[in-house]
Amino acid sequence: MSVVLRVLAKLAGIAVAILVIATINFVLVHSAPGDPALVIAGQSGATDAKFIEQIRAEYGLDQPWPVQYANYLGKVVTLDLGYSVRQRTAVSELILQRLGPTLLLTGAAFALSLLGGVVFGAFAGLRHGTWADFAISMVSLLLYAMPVFWLGLMLVLIFSINLEWLPAFGYVNIRSAGFTPLQYALDVLRHLILPAVTLSAIYMAVYTRLMRASLIEVSHEDHVKTARAKGLTEGQILRGHMLRNAAVPVVTFAGLQAGALIGGAVVVETVFSWPGLGRLTFDAVTARDYPVLLGLFLVMSLLVITINLLTDLLHRVIDPRIGTR
Amino acid sequence: MKRRDFNTMLLGGLAASSLGLWRDGVAYAQTPTGGLTSLLTPEPPMLVLPLNQQQPTIVVGSKMFEGLLDFDFELNPRPQLAESWEVSGDGLTYTFHLQKAAKWHDGTSFTAADVVFSCDVMLKEVHPRARASFERCESITATDDHTVVFQLKEPFAPFLHAFEAGSAPICPRHVYEGTDYRANPQNDAPVGTGPFKFNEWVKGSHIHLVANPDYYMAGKPGLTEIFFRIVPDAASRSVAMETGEAQLSCWNDVENFDVKRLSELPHLTLTTQGYEFFSPLLWYEVNLRKAPFNDLRFRKAMMHLLDKSFIVERIMFGLAKPATSAISSTTPFHEPNLPGYDFNVEKANALLDEAGFAKGADGKRVTINFLVAPYGEMWTRLAEYFRQAMAAGGIEVNLVSTDIAGWGQSVASWDYEVSTNMLYQNADPALGVARSYISSNIRQGVLFTNTEGYENPEVDRLFAEAAVATSREKRQELYTAVQKILVEELPVLWMTEQQYPTMYDSRLTDVITGGTGVNGNFASARYA
Repeated sequence: MSVVLRVLAKLAGIAVAILVIATINFVLVHSAPGDPALVIAGQSGATDAKFIEQIRAEYGLDQPWPVQYANYLGKVVTLDLGYSVRQRTAVSELILQRLGPTLLLTGAAFALSLLGGVVFGAFAGLRHGTWADFAISMVSLLLYAMPVFWLGLMLVLIFSINLEWLPAFGYVNIRSAGFTPLQYALDVLRHLILPAVTLSAIYMAVYTRLMRASLIEVSHEDHVKTARAKGLTEGQILRGHMLRNAAVPVVTFAGLQAGALIGGAVVVETVFSWPGLGRLTFDAVTARDYPVLLGLFLVMSLLVITINLLTDLLHRVIDPRIGTR
Repeated sequence: MKRRDFNTMLLGGLAASSLGLWRDGVAYAQTPTGGLTSLLTPEPPMLVLPLNQQQPTIVVGSKMFEGLLDFDFELNPRPQLAESWEVSGDGLTYTFHLQKAAKWHDGTSFTAADVVFSCDVMLKEVHPRARASFERCESITATDDHTVVFQLKEPFAPFLHAFEAGSAPICPRHVYEGTDYRANPQNDAPVGTGPFKFNEWVKGSHIHLVANPDYYMAGKPGLTEIFFRIVPDAASRSVAMETGEAQLSCWNDVENFDVKRLSELPHLTLTTQGYEFFSPLLWYEVNLRKAPFNDLRFRKAMMHLLDKSFIVERIMFGLAKPATSAISSTTPFHEPNLPGYDFNVEKANALLDEAGFAKGADGKRVTINFLVAPYGEMWTRLAEYFRQAMAAGGIEVNLVSTDIAGWGQSVASWDYEVSTNMLYQNADPALGVARSYISSNIRQGVLFTNTEGYENPEVDRLFAEAAVATSREKRQELYTAVQKILVEELPVLWMTEQQYPTMYDSRLTDVITGGTGVNGNFASARYA
């Protein structure tokens, strides 16, 4: 099979996947009990029949659901995500506003967990059996067992309330109007540290343990013994002969976890008032904002598919054998 | 990396951070430059008060949009957009004289035509509560640029309460007349008459209002700007109050269990005033259409099994008062001398025996389903306490969980057995109390009506007469009579009159100045 065909087949697979996802999303969202019109009316604290009718008509809820489904699919095909009556904005605009912060947060957490996992795992693996290995293993086990929101709160308690080093929540200072681009970027970075560390902790722990085990295994392989026999220094052996081999399972796992990372962002974004997709999802679920929910599910599925593709590519870079098979 | 290098790196990192490399730029706690940062939860869907009356919309919208009247802590009317008013002796004609210096935020003058357009046209279309009020009018006319006359079809005692900002926000005619109100592009930058003007809304983060320099009250507003920060997590909101990052919290912003701790901090002041207009009353609601709840003895037994002071102390953390009647003690016409139901398990069991609910072999009389209201911790605790309290009478309770939409649908369509519910009293029994008990308000599919299905012609008559009676004494007499009947017949199990904590920076003064509290316009609020 030529490369072009392979890519085309893959794209067709993705298109089918998206269609199936869109259908499942629609069925799931509409089969939940409860009437969005009543939610809105209830939050307004006063209801009369006319008000509820108005809301239903405005949301298109007065139409039979096959019509709603056909309308929805037609829009998905034309990449129109619809309009949120509740927020009075196009869904695509709502999602775009929130996409940046979420990508920044999950991207930072992903990079941090991978980097930390590889560094600490390699460090522990090289010194396995020593106090350093023991300490790193203990800490990673602790991090792994800790609920995300609790870790977030503890970090806030230490770094925001007691030490007053970092802001407790938010994306950027609300009085950022007069900031230069550099000041703005630094301010976002300061706001990013606590949520990114919180979100990455559990994955960092997993990757640390994975990297450590993998490195210990690699260190017993023949080619490493050969390298040592050749008289290479430990640093040369690590960089040239061990790290890459040991990192393959970590990257595989990281690719699988990327989807979960976006899910985990819901909690972290809520704790740290981070204006991202996770919080948008949470708000949309509580308010039964169907168009926003459907748009979000679709965009998140696309994100996960993209990340999986990227992981595939990264694999080929790290381990050239994968591409040739 | 050698171990020594690693240690050096760690130490270096620590040193850099303790030198405060991250602390340059902007200080954390906002210093009072005349600006206020308030918490806000959840994020409102829009800020145009006439078009949306959810709680957070009112908190923000009431700074930009105003009503004709404002109310003090005793719920007496005070001037807002109306500087004075008269009511005719027969209670049919209400005449308002408007503020002559008031202007809309875009510079257009505010006139009587705006009031007529708002009350007679726009609000009747978009605001359910205002629609109910102004449908009582025979005519609404402007007699000159600054005078409006409301002519009623029949007297309605609490009519003045309809002019509170959240109940009837006055809208700009020149912006909305002849347009599709909900699609009006100006909705993104609301135009009101209030002391604060819209500046910016960063979705998911904050809303920024700035002082209106052309406000019609000399020397007001006292604050230069207001930021409303959207903080979805309750623990983070407490942190914001603790660190001074936010200077105002209201309603449920701070969890009840955190209130005592925060209010003891020297930089914060706590008040529970400013909710009198709403006076939410909380009750266990039973579906009277279903057995065993249609048996009055069963309802009385449930009342004797419930310990209101436990709920106040352990679930509300003291931020509530035991309720004794259908009309809250902070609402006019409350009757203090009513028989009560003491917490008495023996009496309850005797009542249940007498009613023929015999104990089975397992010690249980009946099993009932409780629909847990999905509004947060407190509601879950109320359900759990209910199960525990009923067990003492041999009544087994199954807790059924759902989400907000599911709860609304079950209660509105009468598909439930027991649940919790809470309704605002809206400053007068005719506005916020009668709706839960009169038979004409049994309307399937509509929340906050007589969902329990209570019917009593005498109660209907008393509420109807009290709404149109013009003398205060006559009204008191009628409402006292109706409260006596209701307490005897127990259409719902009243538990508590809710209180809410408002906390603010102690340097602020005149923040909470009346019965609508944080829903007031904040014109007088300032740093001392």
